[in-house]
Amino acid sequence: MLRFLLRSLLLGALVCISVLIASFILSRASGNLAINIAGPDASPAAILKIQHELGLDRPLPVQFLDWADRAAHGDLGESFLFHEKVSSLIATHFPITFRLGMLAIAIAIVIALPLGITAALWEGAALDVAIGAVAMLGQAVPSFWLGLILIVWFGIDLRWLPIAGVDTWPGYILPAIVLSFVAIPVMLRLTRGGMVDALRADYVRTARAKGLSRTTIVLKHALRNAAMPVVAVAAVQLGFILGGSVVVEVVFNIHGVGYLAWESIGKGDFPVVQAVVLLFALIFVGLTMLSEMVGALLDPRVRGH
Amino acid sequence: MNLVRRLPLVIGGTIVALTVLIAIFGPMLAPHDPFTQDLGQRFIPPVWLHGGSWRHPLGTDQLGRDYLSRLLLGIRISLEIGLTTVILSGLIGTTLGVLGGYFGGRIDSVVLFVISCRLAIPLILVALTVVFLVGSSLTVVMLTIGLLLWERFAVVSRAATRQVMSMEYVAAAWCAGCSRLRVVLGEVLPNIVNHMIVVATNDMAVAILLAAALSFLGLGVPPPLPSLGLMIAEAKDYMFFTPWVIEVPGIALCVLAFGINLFGDGLRDALGAERG
Repeated sequence: MLRFLLRSLLLGALVCISVLIASFILSRASGNLAINIAGPDASPAAILKIQHELGLDRPLPVQFLDWADRAAHGDLGESFLFHEKVSSLIATHFPITFRLGMLAIAIAIVIALPLGITAALWEGAALDVAIGAVAMLGQAVPSFWLGLILIVWFGIDLRWLPIAGVDTWPGYILPAIVLSFVAIPVMLRLTRGGMVDALRADYVRTARAKGLSRTTIVLKHALRNAAMPVVAVAAVQLGFILGGSVVVEVVFNIHGVGYLAWESIGKGDFPVVQAVVLLFALIFVGLTMLSEMVGALLDPRVRGH
Repeated sequence: MNLVRRLPLVIGGTIVALTVLIAIFGPMLAPHDPFTQDLGQRFIPPVWLHGGSWRHPLGTDQLGRDYLSRLLLGIRISLEIGLTTVILSGLIGTTLGVLGGYFGGRIDSVVLFVISCRLAIPLILVALTVVFLVGSSLTVVMLTIGLLLWERFAVVSRAATRQVMSMEYVAAAWCAGCSRLRVVLGEVLPNIVNHMIVVATNDMAVAILLAAALSFLGLGVPPPLPSLGLMIAEAKDYMFFTPWVIEVPGIALCVLAFGINLFGDGLRDALGAERG
Protein backbone atom coordinates (compact mmCIF):
# COMPACT_ATOMS: atom_id res chain seq x y z
CA MET A 1 0.00 0.00 0.00
CA LEU A 2 2.83 2.41 0.86
CA ARG A 3 4.52 1.67 -2.47
CA PHE A 4 1.28 2.32 -4.27
CA LEU A 5 0.88 5.62 -2.45
CA LEU A 6 4.42 6.74 -3.21
CA ARG A 7 4.11 5.77 -6.86
CA SER A 8 0.92 7.73 -7.41
CA LEU A 9 2.33 10.68 -5.46
CA LEU A 10 5.45 10.73 -7.64
CA LEU A 11 3.40 10.41 -10.82
CA GLY A 12 1.11 13.23 -9.70
CA ALA A 13 4.08 15.50 -8.99
CA LEU A 14 5.59 14.72 -12.40
CA VAL A 15 2.30 15.48 -14.13
CA CYS A 16 2.05 18.82 -12.33
CA ILE A 17 5.62 19.77 -13.25
CA SER A 18 4.98 18.89 -16.90
CA VAL A 19 1.79 20.95 -17.00
CA LEU A 20 3.73 23.77 -15.37
CA ILE A 21 6.47 23.69 -18.01
CA ALA A 22 3.92 23.44 -20.82
CA SER A 23 1.89 26.39 -19.55
CA PHE A 24 5.06 28.41 -19.03
CA ILE A 25 6.30 27.79 -22.56
CA LEU A 26 2.82 28.58 -23.86
CA SER A 27 2.60 31.89 -22.02
CA ARG A 28 6.03 33.00 -23.20
CA ALA A 29 5.58 31.75 -26.75
CA SER A 30 3.96 34.96 -27.90
CA GLY A 31 7.03 37.11 -27.29
CA ASN A 32 4.90 40.25 -27.13
CA LEU A 33 4.16 40.21 -23.40
CA ALA A 34 5.90 43.54 -22.88
CA ILE A 35 4.08 45.11 -25.84
CA ASN A 36 0.82 43.93 -24.32
CA ILE A 37 1.57 45.64 -21.05
CA ALA A 38 3.03 48.80 -22.53
CA GLY A 39 0.08 49.31 -24.81
CA PRO A 40 -0.03 49.83 -28.57
CA ASP A 41 1.44 53.34 -28.55
CA ALA A 42 4.52 52.63 -26.43
CA SER A 43 7.96 53.52 -27.75
CA PRO A 44 10.50 50.71 -28.32
CA ALA A 45 12.56 52.05 -25.42
CA ALA A 46 9.59 51.83 -23.05
CA ILE A 47 8.94 48.25 -24.17
CA LEU A 48 12.57 47.32 -23.57
CA LYS A 49 12.39 48.90 -20.13
CA ILE A 50 9.32 46.86 -19.20
CA GLN A 51 10.97 43.75 -20.59
CA HIS A 52 13.95 44.34 -18.37
CA GLU A 53 11.89 45.16 -15.28
CA LEU A 54 9.88 41.95 -15.58
CA GLY A 55 12.96 39.92 -16.41
CA LEU A 56 11.53 38.96 -19.78
CA ASP A 57 14.88 39.56 -21.50
CA ARG A 58 16.52 36.66 -19.72
CA PRO A 59 16.80 33.15 -21.26
CA LEU A 60 13.58 31.09 -20.94
CA PRO A 61 14.98 28.32 -18.70
CA VAL A 62 16.29 30.96 -16.27
CA GLN A 63 12.90 32.67 -16.23
CA PHE A 64 11.19 29.36 -15.62
CA LEU A 65 13.44 28.24 -12.78
CA ASP A 66 13.10 31.64 -11.17
CA TRP A 67 9.32 31.48 -11.44
CA ALA A 68 9.15 27.88 -10.22
CA ASP A 69 11.39 28.68 -7.26
CA ARG A 70 9.17 31.56 -6.21
CA ALA A 71 6.02 29.55 -6.84
CA ALA A 72 7.33 26.83 -4.55
CA HIS A 73 7.59 29.50 -1.86
CA GLY A 74 4.02 30.60 -2.42
CA ASP A 75 4.91 33.64 -4.52
CA LEU A 76 3.13 33.36 -7.86
CA GLY A 77 4.27 36.75 -9.05
CA GLU A 78 2.31 39.89 -9.66
CA SER A 79 -0.49 40.45 -12.11
CA PHE A 80 0.56 42.72 -14.99
CA LEU A 81 -2.78 44.45 -15.02
CA PHE A 82 -4.26 44.37 -11.54
CA HIS A 83 -0.91 45.21 -9.92
CA GLU A 84 -1.76 42.80 -7.18
CA LYS A 85 -0.19 39.56 -6.00
CA VAL A 86 -1.46 36.64 -8.11
CA SER A 87 -1.77 34.52 -4.98
CA SER A 88 -4.09 37.01 -3.32
CA LEU A 89 -6.13 37.37 -6.52
CA ILE A 90 -6.63 33.62 -6.56
CA ALA A 91 -7.35 33.51 -2.84
CA THR A 92 -10.23 35.95 -3.29
CA HIS A 93 -11.63 34.34 -6.46
CA PHE A 94 -11.21 30.63 -5.77
CA PRO A 95 -13.76 30.21 -2.93
CA ILE A 96 -16.51 31.31 -5.33
CA THR A 97 -15.52 28.72 -7.94
CA PHE A 98 -15.15 26.10 -5.23
CA ARG A 99 -18.64 26.70 -3.82
CA LEU A 100 -20.04 26.61 -7.33
CA GLY A 101 -18.24 23.33 -8.11
CA MET A 102 -19.32 21.63 -4.88
CA LEU A 103 -22.93 22.62 -5.37
CA ALA A 104 -22.77 21.41 -8.99
CA ILE A 105 -21.36 18.00 -8.06
CA ALA A 106 -23.97 17.66 -5.30
CA ILE A 107 -26.75 18.38 -7.80
CA ALA A 108 -25.18 15.92 -10.25
CA ILE A 109 -25.13 13.14 -7.61
CA VAL A 110 -28.69 13.85 -6.48
CA ILE A 111 -29.95 13.63 -10.06
CA ALA A 112 -27.68 10.94 -11.52
CA LEU A 113 -27.90 8.31 -8.76
CA PRO A 114 -31.71 7.86 -8.63
CA LEU A 115 -32.02 8.06 -12.41
CA GLY A 116 -29.23 5.51 -12.87
CA ILE A 117 -30.81 3.14 -10.36
CA THR A 118 -34.22 3.51 -11.98
CA ALA A 119 -32.77 2.81 -15.41
CA ALA A 120 -31.00 -0.29 -14.12
CA LEU A 121 -34.13 -1.65 -12.42
CA TRP A 122 -36.06 -1.35 -15.67
CA GLU A 123 -33.15 -2.38 -17.86
CA GLY A 124 -34.12 -2.55 -21.52
CA ALA A 125 -37.61 -1.18 -20.91
CA ALA A 126 -38.98 2.07 -22.29
CA LEU A 127 -38.11 3.94 -19.07
CA ASP A 128 -34.47 2.87 -19.39
CA VAL A 129 -34.33 4.02 -23.00
CA ALA A 130 -35.99 7.33 -22.07
CA ILE A 131 -33.48 8.02 -19.26
CA GLY A 132 -30.64 7.16 -21.62
CA ALA A 133 -32.02 9.60 -24.18
CA VAL A 134 -32.32 12.36 -21.57
CA ALA A 135 -28.70 11.77 -20.52
CA MET A 136 -27.59 12.00 -24.13
CA LEU A 137 -29.59 15.17 -24.66
CA GLY A 138 -27.92 16.65 -21.60
CA GLN A 139 -24.56 15.89 -23.19
CA ALA A 140 -25.57 17.66 -26.40
CA VAL A 141 -26.62 20.94 -24.79
CA PRO A 142 -23.84 23.53 -24.92
CA SER A 143 -23.45 24.85 -21.37
CA PHE A 144 -23.18 28.53 -22.32
CA TRP A 145 -26.41 28.29 -24.26
CA LEU A 146 -28.20 26.43 -21.48
CA GLY A 147 -27.07 29.17 -19.12
CA LEU A 148 -28.49 31.90 -21.37
CA ILE A 149 -31.79 30.04 -21.80
CA LEU A 150 -32.14 29.52 -18.03
CA ILE A 151 -31.43 33.23 -17.52
CA VAL A 152 -34.22 34.12 -19.93
CA TRP A 153 -36.69 31.61 -18.44
CA PHE A 154 -36.06 31.76 -14.70
CA GLY A 155 -34.46 35.16 -14.41
CA ILE A 156 -36.46 37.30 -16.80
CA ASP A 157 -39.75 35.55 -17.59
CA LEU A 158 -40.47 34.03 -14.17
CA ARG A 159 -38.24 36.32 -12.07
CA TRP A 160 -37.51 33.46 -9.65
CA LEU A 161 -33.75 33.65 -9.48
CA PRO A 162 -31.01 36.24 -9.92
CA ILE A 163 -29.50 36.28 -13.40
CA ALA A 164 -25.95 37.37 -12.65
CA GLY A 165 -23.43 37.47 -9.84
CA VAL A 166 -23.39 35.57 -6.56
CA ASP A 167 -24.01 38.33 -4.04
CA THR A 168 -26.76 36.20 -2.53
CA TRP A 169 -26.79 32.40 -2.39
CA PRO A 170 -29.68 31.90 -4.87
CA GLY A 171 -27.26 33.33 -7.42
CA TYR A 172 -25.40 30.00 -7.29
CA ILE A 173 -28.42 27.90 -8.23
CA LEU A 174 -28.69 28.46 -11.99
CA PRO A 175 -24.93 28.30 -12.71
CA ALA A 176 -24.58 25.17 -10.55
CA ILE A 177 -27.39 23.47 -12.46
CA VAL A 178 -25.69 24.28 -15.76
CA LEU A 179 -22.33 23.01 -14.47
CA SER A 180 -23.86 19.80 -13.14
CA PHE A 181 -24.80 18.88 -16.72
CA VAL A 182 -21.10 18.22 -17.34
CA ALA A 183 -21.08 15.34 -14.87
CA ILE A 184 -24.63 13.97 -14.95
CA PRO A 185 -24.44 11.81 -18.14
CA VAL A 186 -21.18 10.11 -17.09
CA MET A 187 -22.33 9.44 -13.54
CA LEU A 188 -25.74 8.28 -14.65
CA ARG A 189 -24.29 5.72 -17.08
CA LEU A 190 -21.83 4.51 -14.48
CA THR A 191 -24.54 4.08 -11.83
CA ARG A 192 -26.75 2.23 -14.29
CA GLY A 193 -23.92 -0.04 -15.43
CA GLY A 194 -22.84 -0.78 -11.87
CA MET A 195 -26.40 -1.50 -10.75
CA VAL A 196 -27.10 -3.78 -13.70
CA ASP A 197 -24.00 -5.83 -12.84
CA ALA A 198 -24.76 -5.81 -9.11
CA LEU A 199 -28.36 -6.93 -9.59
CA ARG A 200 -27.07 -9.96 -11.50
CA ALA A 201 -24.47 -10.82 -8.86
CA ASP A 202 -24.61 -13.85 -6.61
CA TYR A 203 -25.00 -11.89 -3.38
CA VAL A 204 -28.17 -10.28 -4.69
CA ARG A 205 -29.56 -13.69 -5.58
CA THR A 206 -28.66 -14.87 -2.09
CA ALA A 207 -30.40 -11.87 -0.56
CA ARG A 208 -33.43 -12.56 -2.69
CA ALA A 209 -33.41 -16.23 -1.62
CA LYS A 210 -33.36 -15.09 2.01
CA GLY A 211 -36.63 -13.36 1.27
CA LEU A 212 -35.46 -9.79 1.77
CA SER A 213 -37.65 -7.07 0.38
CA ARG A 214 -36.87 -5.55 -2.99
CA THR A 215 -36.13 -2.15 -1.46
CA THR A 216 -33.61 -3.63 0.96
CA ILE A 217 -31.91 -5.57 -1.77
CA VAL A 218 -31.65 -2.61 -4.11
CA LEU A 219 -30.64 0.05 -1.60
CA LYS A 220 -28.54 -2.00 0.80
CA HIS A 221 -26.92 -4.73 -1.21
CA ALA A 222 -26.76 -3.63 -4.82
CA LEU A 223 -26.32 0.11 -4.38
CA ARG A 224 -23.50 -0.25 -1.88
CA ASN A 225 -21.44 -2.07 -4.47
CA ALA A 226 -22.52 0.00 -7.43
CA ALA A 227 -21.91 3.32 -5.70
CA MET A 228 -18.16 2.86 -5.16
CA PRO A 229 -17.02 3.59 -8.73
CA VAL A 230 -19.51 6.46 -8.85
CA VAL A 231 -17.95 8.09 -5.80
CA ALA A 232 -14.49 7.65 -7.32
CA VAL A 233 -15.64 9.19 -10.59
CA ALA A 234 -17.40 12.02 -8.77
CA ALA A 235 -13.99 13.20 -7.55
CA VAL A 236 -12.56 13.24 -11.06
CA GLN A 237 -15.71 14.88 -12.42
CA LEU A 238 -15.33 17.64 -9.83
CA GLY A 239 -12.00 18.38 -11.49
CA PHE A 240 -13.66 18.61 -14.89
CA ILE A 241 -16.43 20.78 -13.46
CA LEU A 242 -13.94 23.26 -12.00
CA GLY A 243 -12.10 23.38 -15.33
CA GLY A 244 -15.38 23.89 -17.17
CA SER A 245 -16.50 26.65 -14.84
CA VAL A 246 -14.88 29.27 -17.11
CA VAL A 247 -17.81 29.29 -19.51
CA VAL A 248 -20.49 29.30 -16.82
CA GLU A 249 -18.79 32.02 -14.82
CA VAL A 250 -18.61 34.21 -17.90
CA VAL A 251 -22.28 33.60 -18.76
CA PHE A 252 -23.47 34.42 -15.24
CA ASN A 253 -20.90 37.13 -14.62
CA ILE A 254 -19.54 35.34 -11.57
CA HIS A 255 -16.06 36.50 -10.60
CA GLY A 256 -14.45 33.18 -9.73
CA VAL A 257 -11.06 31.92 -10.94
CA GLY A 258 -12.51 30.87 -14.30
CA TYR A 259 -13.73 34.39 -14.99
CA LEU A 260 -10.43 35.76 -13.72
CA ALA A 261 -8.50 33.52 -16.13
CA TRP A 262 -10.75 34.43 -19.06
CA GLU A 263 -10.31 38.12 -18.38
CA SER A 264 -6.56 37.69 -18.01
CA ILE A 265 -6.18 35.72 -21.25
CA GLY A 266 -7.96 38.47 -23.19
CA LYS A 267 -5.55 41.05 -21.79
CA GLY A 268 -2.38 39.00 -22.01
CA ASP A 269 -1.93 38.92 -18.23
CA PHE A 270 -0.03 35.64 -18.20
CA PRO A 271 1.14 35.32 -14.60
CA VAL A 272 -2.53 35.00 -13.65
CA VAL A 273 -3.36 32.55 -16.46
CA GLN A 274 -0.36 30.41 -15.58
CA ALA A 275 -1.34 30.33 -11.92
CA VAL A 276 -4.93 29.33 -12.69
CA VAL A 277 -3.82 26.57 -15.08
CA LEU A 278 -1.47 25.31 -12.37
CA LEU A 279 -4.25 25.49 -9.78
CA PHE A 280 -6.66 23.48 -11.93
CA ALA A 281 -3.94 20.92 -12.74
CA LEU A 282 -3.09 20.53 -9.04
CA ILE A 283 -6.74 20.09 -8.12
CA PHE A 284 -7.30 17.57 -10.89
CA VAL A 285 -4.22 15.53 -10.01
CA GLY A 286 -5.12 15.68 -6.32
CA LEU A 287 -8.68 14.52 -6.91
CA THR A 288 -7.56 11.73 -9.26
CA MET A 289 -5.10 10.50 -6.66
CA LEU A 290 -7.73 10.69 -3.96
CA SER A 291 -10.15 8.60 -6.00
CA GLU A 292 -7.40 6.07 -6.79
CA MET A 293 -6.54 5.75 -3.12
CA VAL A 294 -10.14 5.33 -2.10
CA GLY A 295 -10.42 2.69 -4.80
CA ALA A 296 -7.29 0.93 -3.53
CA LEU A 297 -8.50 1.00 0.05
CA LEU A 298 -11.83 -0.50 -0.93
CA ASP A 299 -10.55 -2.96 -3.49
CA PRO A 300 -7.29 -4.79 -2.69
CA ARG A 301 -7.03 -5.98 -6.30
CA VAL A 302 -6.09 -2.48 -7.49
CA ARG A 303 -2.99 -2.28 -5.28
CA GLY A 304 -1.19 -5.01 -7.15
CA HIS A 305 -0.95 -3.02 -10.39
CA MET B 1 -31.67 -6.53 -33.32
CA ASN B 2 -35.13 -5.24 -32.55
CA LEU B 3 -36.54 -1.92 -33.63
CA VAL B 4 -36.03 -0.12 -30.30
CA ARG B 5 -32.36 -1.02 -30.29
CA ARG B 6 -31.98 0.12 -33.86
CA LEU B 7 -33.77 3.40 -33.25
CA PRO B 8 -30.68 5.39 -32.16
CA LEU B 9 -28.83 4.40 -35.31
CA VAL B 10 -31.79 5.34 -37.53
CA ILE B 11 -32.57 8.70 -35.90
CA GLY B 12 -28.92 9.63 -35.38
CA GLY B 13 -28.01 8.49 -38.87
CA THR B 14 -30.82 10.59 -40.37
CA ILE B 15 -29.67 13.70 -38.52
CA VAL B 16 -26.06 13.12 -39.52
CA ALA B 17 -27.02 12.47 -43.15
CA LEU B 18 -29.13 15.64 -43.24
CA THR B 19 -26.28 17.63 -41.73
CA VAL B 20 -23.85 16.34 -44.30
CA LEU B 21 -26.29 17.25 -47.07
CA ILE B 22 -26.67 20.73 -45.57
CA ALA B 23 -22.91 21.07 -45.34
CA ILE B 24 -22.52 20.19 -49.02
CA PHE B 25 -25.56 21.87 -50.54
CA GLY B 26 -26.48 24.37 -47.80
CA PRO B 27 -24.95 27.46 -49.38
CA MET B 28 -26.84 26.64 -52.61
CA LEU B 29 -30.13 26.22 -50.74
CA ALA B 30 -29.69 29.42 -48.76
CA PRO B 31 -32.38 31.93 -49.75
CA HIS B 32 -30.10 34.95 -49.21
CA ASP B 33 -26.43 35.80 -48.96
CA PRO B 34 -25.39 35.06 -45.35
CA PHE B 35 -23.21 38.17 -45.16
CA THR B 36 -25.47 40.81 -46.71
CA GLN B 37 -26.58 43.32 -44.08
CA ASP B 38 -29.81 45.25 -44.26
CA LEU B 39 -30.30 47.51 -41.27
CA GLY B 40 -33.87 48.24 -42.34
CA GLN B 41 -34.69 44.55 -41.88
CA ARG B 42 -33.32 43.91 -38.36
CA PHE B 43 -34.88 41.35 -35.99
CA ILE B 44 -37.63 40.12 -38.28
CA PRO B 45 -39.02 37.20 -36.26
CA PRO B 46 -39.13 33.65 -37.64
CA VAL B 47 -42.16 32.58 -39.63
CA TRP B 48 -43.97 30.86 -36.70
CA LEU B 49 -43.98 34.04 -34.60
CA HIS B 50 -46.19 37.09 -35.06
CA GLY B 51 -44.72 39.35 -37.72
CA GLY B 52 -42.67 36.65 -39.43
CA SER B 53 -42.75 35.94 -43.12
CA TRP B 54 -41.56 33.24 -45.52
CA ARG B 55 -39.10 35.73 -46.99
CA HIS B 56 -36.93 35.08 -43.93
CA PRO B 57 -38.14 31.69 -42.58
CA LEU B 58 -35.89 31.89 -39.48
CA GLY B 59 -35.96 35.69 -39.28
CA THR B 60 -33.03 38.10 -39.42
CA ASP B 61 -30.31 39.01 -36.92
CA GLN B 62 -29.19 42.31 -35.38
CA LEU B 63 -27.63 43.38 -38.68
CA GLY B 64 -30.56 42.30 -40.82
CA ARG B 65 -28.78 39.21 -42.16
CA ASP B 66 -30.96 36.23 -43.08
CA TYR B 67 -30.81 33.77 -40.16
CA LEU B 68 -31.56 30.63 -42.19
CA SER B 69 -28.75 31.36 -44.64
CA ARG B 70 -26.34 31.99 -41.77
CA LEU B 71 -27.49 28.87 -39.96
CA LEU B 72 -26.92 26.68 -43.04
CA LEU B 73 -23.37 28.02 -43.40
CA GLY B 74 -22.88 27.72 -39.63
CA ILE B 75 -23.77 24.03 -39.69
CA ARG B 76 -21.26 23.53 -42.49
CA ILE B 77 -18.54 25.27 -40.45
CA SER B 78 -19.39 23.19 -37.37
CA LEU B 79 -19.16 19.98 -39.34
CA GLU B 80 -15.88 21.10 -40.88
CA ILE B 81 -14.50 21.80 -37.40
CA GLY B 82 -15.76 18.45 -36.11
CA LEU B 83 -14.33 16.41 -38.99
CA THR B 84 -10.90 18.06 -39.15
CA THR B 85 -10.51 17.95 -35.39
CA VAL B 86 -11.42 14.30 -35.12
CA ILE B 87 -9.08 13.29 -37.94
CA LEU B 88 -6.19 15.12 -36.27
CA SER B 89 -6.91 13.99 -32.71
CA GLY B 90 -7.69 10.48 -33.95
CA LEU B 91 -4.26 10.23 -35.57
CA ILE B 92 -2.48 11.49 -32.45
CA GLY B 93 -4.53 9.51 -29.94
CA THR B 94 -4.57 6.24 -31.85
CA THR B 95 -0.83 6.38 -32.51
CA LEU B 96 -0.14 6.92 -28.81
CA GLY B 97 -2.63 4.29 -27.69
CA VAL B 98 -1.43 1.62 -30.12
CA LEU B 99 2.20 2.33 -29.18
CA GLY B 100 1.43 1.89 -25.49
CA GLY B 101 -0.81 -1.13 -25.95
CA TYR B 102 1.53 -2.85 -28.41
CA PHE B 103 4.86 -2.45 -26.66
CA GLY B 104 3.68 -2.34 -23.05
CA GLY B 105 6.33 -1.90 -20.37
CA ARG B 106 8.24 1.36 -20.29
CA ILE B 107 6.74 2.77 -23.49
CA ASP B 108 3.28 2.12 -22.07
CA SER B 109 4.22 3.97 -18.87
CA VAL B 110 5.31 6.96 -20.93
CA VAL B 111 2.04 6.88 -22.90
CA LEU B 112 0.02 6.71 -19.67
CA PHE B 113 2.02 9.62 -18.30
CA VAL B 114 1.34 11.74 -21.39
CA ILE B 115 -2.37 10.94 -21.11
CA SER B 116 -2.35 11.95 -17.43
CA CYS B 117 -0.70 15.25 -18.31
CA ARG B 118 -3.26 15.95 -20.98
CA LEU B 119 -6.11 15.20 -18.55
CA ALA B 120 -4.63 17.57 -15.98
CA ILE B 121 -4.63 20.46 -18.45
CA PRO B 122 -7.78 22.58 -18.22
CA LEU B 123 -8.94 22.23 -21.82
CA ILE B 124 -10.87 25.46 -22.33
CA LEU B 125 -8.27 27.69 -20.67
CA VAL B 126 -5.39 26.32 -22.70
CA ALA B 127 -7.40 26.42 -25.93
CA LEU B 128 -8.35 30.04 -25.22
CA THR B 129 -4.72 30.95 -24.52
CA VAL B 130 -3.48 29.32 -27.72
CA VAL B 131 -6.13 30.99 -29.86
CA PHE B 132 -5.39 34.33 -28.19
CA LEU B 133 -1.66 34.01 -28.88
CA VAL B 134 -1.83 32.69 -32.42
CA GLY B 135 -4.80 34.78 -33.47
CA SER B 136 -8.30 33.52 -34.07
CA SER B 137 -9.14 31.92 -37.37
CA LEU B 138 -11.05 28.82 -38.40
CA THR B 139 -7.80 26.92 -39.01
CA VAL B 140 -6.33 27.86 -35.65
CA VAL B 141 -9.48 26.77 -33.83
CA MET B 142 -9.52 23.42 -35.62
CA LEU B 143 -5.82 22.76 -35.02
CA THR B 144 -5.99 23.79 -31.37
CA ILE B 145 -8.92 21.56 -30.53
CA GLY B 146 -7.51 18.72 -32.62
CA LEU B 147 -4.18 18.89 -30.80
CA LEU B 148 -5.89 18.86 -27.40
CA LEU B 149 -8.77 16.43 -27.74
CA TRP B 150 -7.02 13.11 -28.34
CA GLU B 151 -7.11 11.60 -24.85
CA ARG B 152 -10.16 9.39 -25.35
CA PHE B 153 -8.73 8.04 -28.61
CA ALA B 154 -5.52 7.20 -26.73
CA VAL B 155 -7.27 5.58 -23.75
CA VAL B 156 -9.63 3.46 -25.84
CA SER B 157 -7.09 2.43 -28.51
CA ARG B 158 -4.60 1.48 -25.81
CA ALA B 159 -7.11 -0.77 -24.07
CA ALA B 160 -8.34 -2.26 -27.35
CA THR B 161 -4.79 -2.91 -28.57
CA ARG B 162 -3.90 -4.70 -25.34
CA GLN B 163 -6.93 -6.89 -25.81
CA VAL B 164 -6.08 -7.67 -29.44
CA MET B 165 -2.46 -8.47 -28.53
CA SER B 166 -3.63 -11.29 -26.27
CA MET B 167 -5.56 -12.92 -29.11
CA GLU B 168 -4.46 -16.13 -30.78
CA TYR B 169 -4.49 -14.66 -34.26
CA VAL B 170 -1.75 -12.24 -33.24
CA ALA B 171 0.32 -15.14 -31.94
CA ALA B 172 -0.38 -16.89 -35.23
CA ALA B 173 0.83 -13.85 -37.15
CA TRP B 174 4.05 -13.86 -35.11
CA CYS B 175 4.55 -17.54 -35.85
CA ALA B 176 4.00 -16.91 -39.53
CA GLY B 177 6.95 -14.49 -39.33
CA CYS B 178 5.09 -11.21 -39.78
CA SER B 179 7.02 -8.02 -39.03
CA ARG B 180 5.96 -5.61 -36.26
CA LEU B 181 4.57 -3.15 -38.78
CA ARG B 182 2.60 -5.91 -40.47
CA VAL B 183 1.12 -7.07 -37.16
CA VAL B 184 0.07 -3.48 -36.32
CA LEU B 185 -1.35 -2.72 -39.76
CA GLY B 186 -2.76 -6.16 -40.53
CA GLU B 187 -3.95 -7.44 -37.14
CA VAL B 188 -4.21 -4.62 -34.59
CA LEU B 189 -5.66 -1.71 -36.56
CA PRO B 190 -8.43 -3.62 -38.36
CA ASN B 191 -9.57 -5.03 -35.01
CA ILE B 192 -9.66 -1.75 -33.11
CA VAL B 193 -11.14 0.42 -35.86
CA ASN B 194 -14.71 -0.15 -34.62
CA HIS B 195 -13.84 1.26 -31.23
CA MET B 196 -12.14 4.22 -32.90
CA ILE B 197 -15.20 5.03 -35.00
CA VAL B 198 -17.37 5.17 -31.89
CA VAL B 199 -14.88 7.44 -30.10
CA ALA B 200 -14.66 9.59 -33.23
CA THR B 201 -18.40 10.27 -33.32
CA ASN B 202 -18.58 11.19 -29.64
CA ASP B 203 -15.46 13.34 -29.83
CA MET B 204 -16.81 15.08 -32.91
CA ALA B 205 -19.81 16.28 -30.91
CA VAL B 206 -17.47 17.36 -28.10
CA ALA B 207 -15.27 19.27 -30.57
CA ILE B 208 -18.25 21.06 -32.11
CA LEU B 209 -19.54 22.13 -28.70
CA LEU B 210 -16.05 23.16 -27.61
CA ALA B 211 -15.55 25.28 -30.72
CA ALA B 212 -18.91 26.91 -30.04
CA ALA B 213 -17.85 27.66 -26.46
CA LEU B 214 -14.61 29.23 -27.70
CA SER B 215 -16.61 31.37 -30.13
CA PHE B 216 -18.88 32.39 -27.29
CA LEU B 217 -15.90 33.39 -25.15
CA GLY B 218 -14.69 35.62 -27.96
CA LEU B 219 -11.72 33.51 -29.05
CA GLY B 220 -13.13 31.20 -31.69
CA VAL B 221 -14.06 31.47 -35.33
CA PRO B 222 -13.84 35.21 -36.11
CA PRO B 223 -16.80 37.24 -37.40
CA PRO B 224 -18.40 37.70 -39.86
CA LEU B 225 -18.23 33.91 -40.35
CA PRO B 226 -21.47 32.51 -38.92
CA SER B 227 -20.33 29.72 -36.61
CA LEU B 228 -23.21 28.56 -34.44
CA GLY B 229 -21.41 29.59 -31.23
CA LEU B 230 -20.66 33.04 -32.61
CA MET B 231 -24.29 33.49 -33.69
CA ILE B 232 -25.35 32.86 -30.09
CA ALA B 233 -22.62 35.14 -28.73
CA GLU B 234 -23.56 37.99 -31.06
CA ALA B 235 -27.27 37.60 -30.35
CA LYS B 236 -27.04 37.31 -26.57
CA ASP B 237 -27.29 41.08 -25.99
CA TYR B 238 -30.74 41.00 -27.56
CA MET B 239 -32.06 37.78 -25.98
CA PHE B 240 -34.14 39.60 -23.38
CA PHE B 241 -36.27 41.23 -26.08
CA THR B 242 -36.19 38.55 -28.76
CA PRO B 243 -35.29 35.20 -27.18
CA TRP B 244 -35.53 33.36 -30.50
CA VAL B 245 -32.24 34.93 -31.64
CA ILE B 246 -30.39 32.59 -29.28
CA GLU B 247 -32.94 29.77 -29.38
CA VAL B 248 -32.62 29.13 -33.13
CA PRO B 249 -28.83 28.61 -33.36
CA GLY B 250 -28.76 26.92 -29.94
CA ILE B 251 -31.34 24.33 -30.91
CA ALA B 252 -29.48 23.71 -34.16
CA LEU B 253 -26.31 23.09 -32.15
CA CYS B 254 -28.13 20.72 -29.76
CA VAL B 255 -29.73 18.74 -32.57
CA LEU B 256 -26.37 18.45 -34.34
CA ALA B 257 -24.51 17.24 -31.24
CA PHE B 258 -27.39 14.99 -30.18
CA GLY B 259 -27.64 13.43 -33.65
CA ILE B 260 -23.92 12.70 -33.83
CA ASN B 261 -23.89 11.19 -30.31
CA LEU B 262 -26.96 9.10 -31.06
CA PHE B 263 -25.38 7.90 -34.29
CA GLY B 264 -22.23 6.96 -32.37
CA ASP B 265 -24.24 5.03 -29.79
CA GLY B 266 -26.18 3.23 -32.51
CA LEU B 267 -22.92 2.36 -34.26
CA ARG B 268 -21.48 1.06 -30.99
CA ASP B 269 -24.37 -1.34 -30.58
CA ALA B 270 -24.28 -2.34 -34.23
CA LEU B 271 -20.50 -2.86 -34.28
CA GLY B 272 -20.37 -4.41 -30.83
CA ALA B 273 -17.74 -1.95 -29.61
CA GLU B 274 -17.43 -0.66 -26.06
CA ARG B 275 -17.92 2.89 -24.89
CA GLY B 276 -14.62 4.56 -24.01
